[in-house]
Amino acid sequence: MKRIALLGMPNTGKSTLFNRLSGASARVGNWPGITVDLMSAKILVGGHIAELIDLPGLYDLHGFSDDEQVVRHFLSQHTIDLALIVLNSVQIDRQLSLALQIRALGLPTVLLLNMADEAKRAQINIDTDKMREHLGMPVLAISAKYGASCPEALTLAAQVMAQHAPIAAAQIAEKLAEDHHIEQAMDTIITQSVSMPVQLNDETTDRIDRVLLHPIFGLPLFFASIFLLFQFIFSVGAPLQAGMAWLFDNLRSQWLEPALAHLPSWLNGLLLDGLYTGVSTVAAFVPIIVLFFLVMSMVEDSGYLSRAAFLMDALMAKMGLDGRGFVMVLMGFGCNVPALMGTRVMRSRPMRLLTMLVIPLSLCSARLQVFLFMIAILFAPAKAALVMFSLYMVSFFTIFLTAILFKHRYQSHEPFVLELPPYRFPTPRQIWLRGWQEVKHFLQRASKFIVIGVLMVWLLTHLPMGATPASAQTWAGSIGHFFAPVLDPIGIDTQLAIALIFGFVAKEIVVGSLAVIYGLQGDALSQQIALNIDWVQGMSFMLFTLIYTPCLSTIATLRTEAKSQAFMWLSLAWSLTLAWIVSFMFYQTARLLGY
Amino acid sequence: MQLHQLQPGERAVIAHVQSEQALSQRLTALGFRPGKQIHVIRQALFNGPLHVRIGSTDVIIRLNDAKAIYLSPIQPFAENHAL
Ligand SMILES: Nc1nc2c(ncn2[C@@H]2O[C@H](COP(=O)(O)OP(=O)(O)OP(=O)(O)O)[C@@H](O)[C@H]2O)c(=O)[nH]1
Repeated sequence: MKRIALLGMPNTGKSTLFNRLSGASARVGNWPGITVDLMSAKILVGGHIAELIDLPGLYDLHGFSDDEQVVRHFLSQHTIDLALIVLNSVQIDRQLSLALQIRALGLPTVLLLNMADEAKRAQINIDTDKMREHLGMPVLAISAKYGASCPEALTLAAQVMAQHAPIAAAQIAEKLAEDHHIEQAMDTIITQSVSMPVQLNDETTDRIDRVLLHPIFGLPLFFASIFLLFQFIFSVGAPLQAGMAWLFDNLRSQWLEPALAHLPSWLNGLLLDGLYTGVSTVAAFVPIIVLFFLVMSMVEDSGYLSRAAFLMDALMAKMGLDGRGFVMVLMGFGCNVPALMGTRVMRSRPMRLLTMLVIPLSLCSARLQVFLFMIAILFAPAKAALVMFSLYMVSFFTIFLTAILFKHRYQSHEPFVLELPPYRFPTPRQIWLRGWQEVKHFLQRASKFIVIGVLMVWLLTHLPMGATPASAQTWAGSIGHFFAPVLDPIGIDTQLAIALIFGFVAKEIVVGSLAVIYGLQGDALSQQIALNIDWVQGMSFMLFTLIYTPCLSTIATLRTEAKSQAFMWLSLAWSLTLAWIVSFMFYQTARLLGY
Repeated sequence: MQLHQLQPGERAVIAHVQSEQALSQRLTALGFRPGKQIHVIRQALFNGPLHVRIGSTDVIIRLNDAKAIYLSPIQPFAENHAL
């Protein structure tokens, strides 16, 4: 099979093109360094199946950061039939250097000048014929986002592959070791085939920046907009979630209960009170999670995250981190795993480790589910948003605290130089792709972790045979009893303890296992929990959930990214300790104050 | 003069870039090359990074890293023909 690699500088639209050509949904974002791993898909080119590979963006074939090394490693290990070079036409005056470096490797290439739409708006004229003559490779202007000329790109690719034989990887590896001087060549080509206005400015971006990057109001505006976004998700999502819960409830009483009535009672219990209750309680959160990721993808794609890096860098520097670390933490609000992988753009290992130590403390969407669930039970609707916001603040606080405590261990002198892309708005197609992607991801987790998790919880709370379900005589009861000495001081009872233990695997299980432990669903479950614990206990439980290890996937990612087991254990131990201390201080203080 | 001494609103021309290899490679790839005009747009609060524009690219850079970039004033004649 032929192999085609997408190469280009960060944020030039490689992933967008990859999705466009393959129909896949690689993650797209207006942030240099969204793709840090290889993605591949099978596509049809000129009547043959070929493998299309999306590589991380790189500034330079000889760059030093981890993601650039991923590319170099790939090029020197795998034979490639065609390199599709993707450049941002607006920045062609500097990005052409990469095309020249790749050409020097001797690979068969096609040069795609992406973002033709933006170039046109900026009045940049590129004479692709002249450029083709100079470079000696096919050149085509495209717009990956809107699909313009993408089919032509494939036709060109097929032609080039038919004419050229692939170059052996060993040969590429040799050439990668050499250095090249191409500045002059680049200048000649640019002056002869490109006409650009002297001073480029995107009026709209400039105007928005004058407000959002205002020297004094920039930071407050940033936090205010985050608050508003979450407020929005909350107020639109909460009724949706309630509706879903109601639907699942009715489905059970109208259809499932009559249909399963003839089964032996233990099997009926396992299926209904175990599997169905657990999974449906979690599934009720799907709309809110989808909504969350739709908003998140718009923020990521807008270019505001790079602005956040600008605004926060000075503060982050005091904590031994930098503006990019702050952006990773924000991405961690979605899911900690890709955020951890995103740290590959950092070159210095100490800074990368410090950033990876704080990311698991950011309040990811799975924990958000737990909090939405608990808050709805324990607090009046008027207070709910405020409680939620304060949990986000606690998340920031633990991140800052951790960074300050560990910064001397992980000292670094990483340069901070970052491109600021113009503001962009995602197309409905991009938003939809991303939302769908998250639903798929959720369903995958659900089918593995959540089903097994809730079944185990059901067994623990119903065995040995004959014990009253969820009582002290069950296995779950014994486990709770065992942990009581550490968990009593923070107000966490046996039921909550079981949920926390399963929460190690994934936070999505927490809500499901509470449903199974109480053997209830929907409103009945909420009422029972409200009877069993007061808000102080609930808050202590939420604080613990917020701070301790997010899930097994995060731990596994930490291990592979840090390439160190010791670091993984440090992260685990630190988050557990911190979780306990914070919950303890909160719980005991609240009780002392008479709550 | 170096880039960290330039005030928001001011422009200059890059004379040369001098730093360790990794940083200078990254700067070159971002378009910091001798002869290019550079414009400081703003600086973040608390002595934060600079927001500069160079050709078609906007870049944020910490003051400490901006020291790697040496500048010369814009020649009155070159002003209209810069880039
Ligand atoms: N206007 C316009 N925007 C585009 C086009 N192609 C991509 N974009 C936008 O450019 C941004 C970057 O796109 P990505 O596909 O994530 O870029 P990438 O090259 O994969 O980036 P890295 O993963 O950082 O290497 C996103 O905001 C896209 O929506 C285009 O043709 N026109």
